[in-house]
Amino acid sequence: MKYLDANEETGGNRIIITVIGPDRVGIIAGVTGILAENCINILDISQTIMQEFLVMVLIADIEKSKIDLLELKNRLGAKGGELGVRIDAQHEDAFNFMHRL
Amino acid sequence: MLTMQEIMETIKMVQEEHLDIRTITMGINLLDCADTNPQKACNKIYDKINRLAGDLVPVGEAIAREYGIPIVNKRISVTPISLVAGCSETGDYMAFARALDRAAAEVGVNFIGGFSALVHKGITCGDEKLINTIARALAETERVCASVNVSTTKAGINMDAVAMMGKVIKDAAALTADRDGLGCAKLVVFANVPEDNPFMAGAFHGIGEPEAVINVGVSGPGVVKKAVERATDHDIGTLAEIIKKTAFKVTRMGELVGRTAAARLGVPFGIVDLSLAPTPAVGDSVAEILEAMGLERCGTHGTTAALALLNDAVKKGGAMASSYVGGLSGAFIPVSEDAGMIRAVEEGALHIDKLEAMTCVCSVGLDMIAVPGETSAETISAIIADEVAIGMINQKTTAVRIIPAPGKQVGDYLEFGGLLGRAPVMAVHPFSSDRFIKRGGRIPAPVQSLSN
Repeated sequence: MKYLDANEETGGNRIIITVIGPDRVGIIAGVTGILAENCINILDISQTIMQEFLVMVLIADIEKSKIDLLELKNRLGAKGGELGVRIDAQHEDAFNFMHRL
Repeated sequence: MLTMQEIMETIKMVQEEHLDIRTITMGINLLDCADTNPQKACNKIYDKINRLAGDLVPVGEAIAREYGIPIVNKRISVTPISLVAGCSETGDYMAFARALDRAAAEVGVNFIGGFSALVHKGITCGDEKLINTIARALAETERVCASVNVSTTKAGINMDAVAMMGKVIKDAAALTADRDGLGCAKLVVFANVPEDNPFMAGAFHGIGEPEAVINVGVSGPGVVKKAVERATDHDIGTLAEIIKKTAFKVTRMGELVGRTAAARLGVPFGIVDLSLAPTPAVGDSVAEILEAMGLERCGTHGTTAALALLNDAVKKGGAMASSYVGGLSGAFIPVSEDAGMIRAVEEGALHIDKLEAMTCVCSVGLDMIAVPGETSAETISAIIADEVAIGMINQKTTAVRIIPAPGKQVGDYLEFGGLLGRAPVMAVHPFSSDRFIKRGGRIPAPVQSLSN
């Protein structure tokens, strides 16, 4: 018997990192530095300016990550505090489930 | 690949529009805990809840962080205690209430539902003992919630039970007078009660349910309100489309969280309850959705129609988003938990009679309503009878959660704080219903054809 499994639909272990806040030097370096340290591969980066705020979205693969998602969130959150921006990381399924069937 | 707009829409829903999962509720069967020795039965109940629900809170918290969506409550529902305790040789069910309370505290959930009885046709000895213990159980425990089903469409209304519940509600208010009658906020009287409802205070684990199950209640009035506000110039049909699409997205998050939680806890996924559940936070209000549709205040003429549109659109959108829909599934209109409802009452726009009319087209009933402390048990019973009659005739769930506010008059407030909010005391009709309630007996089951 096979039950529906939430993770089955995308199969992957991809996360979406969002950065929102005033633009300044060092945001991309700060975020990507943490990802590189922990063997997290960046698949896509896009950014835009919305109402004078920087909005950056990174899609990353945490398959080979040295730390789990919760720990990564903590480190990114701390880095966001230093940089004066809000950084969050969520499993990709949260977005796929809402916007894709 | 997801677009940036889609990603930002999700982020905005959570960060600015109060999108959350209102509850993950684990249903647990306790029938196998029955024992002639009540102490043994209570020990079995305590052990079983700990065994099955021990990981519920940490799993819920981990999922919330991974998906970045708040899960406000982790809760437990159990088999109606009147069924579990029936064979125990005792006249007092307080020990069962205390066992549930201890187990809930141990696993870290804020409410446990199922101190319940199903008496829509008649009352067994066990049911009677349970009902007689409810007021004390609500006063002397912190987390236990009680519910009593007094009517179904198939059975009619048990007016003896309705009369009893008026007295129980008065007793519960009196025993918790020092806490503004808090006991009554943990007690729901139902018609056509669902067996898989994840929402407190009316949740219990029905007898048709599996050994254990995960049910999820979604929320999202704030998200729907923002969507309606953006549609200022659209006609009603377009408005319904917008609400459907929004409800779909909200419900998908519930589906994701429910499936994931069930898989991690090793129990089957039950249902997503598509309810729009408001919170006292400004902007997270069902009343404000109705006002955003074009009503000056919730409660004015047109409110019932607007609510009917909202409720139906939420169901249509939600039903497409979930593999299993159940529970109460409709917009909630609890007065004390909805800032827009409170304002409507304060400004004289919303009265108990209009609320009753609104319950004909939405889930679930007269919910979290404060009435003057001097309101008689018979009047409360009559309010219950009216509300369950709506449920019985319309083949839907209705419920009453009413607080006769100890020592308070119209214009005063009850302050519960947290998700239970604050309730302005509302007027009831001054004319007596005593003779009708004191007749007792049953209202026969209604005819199902001839449906006007």
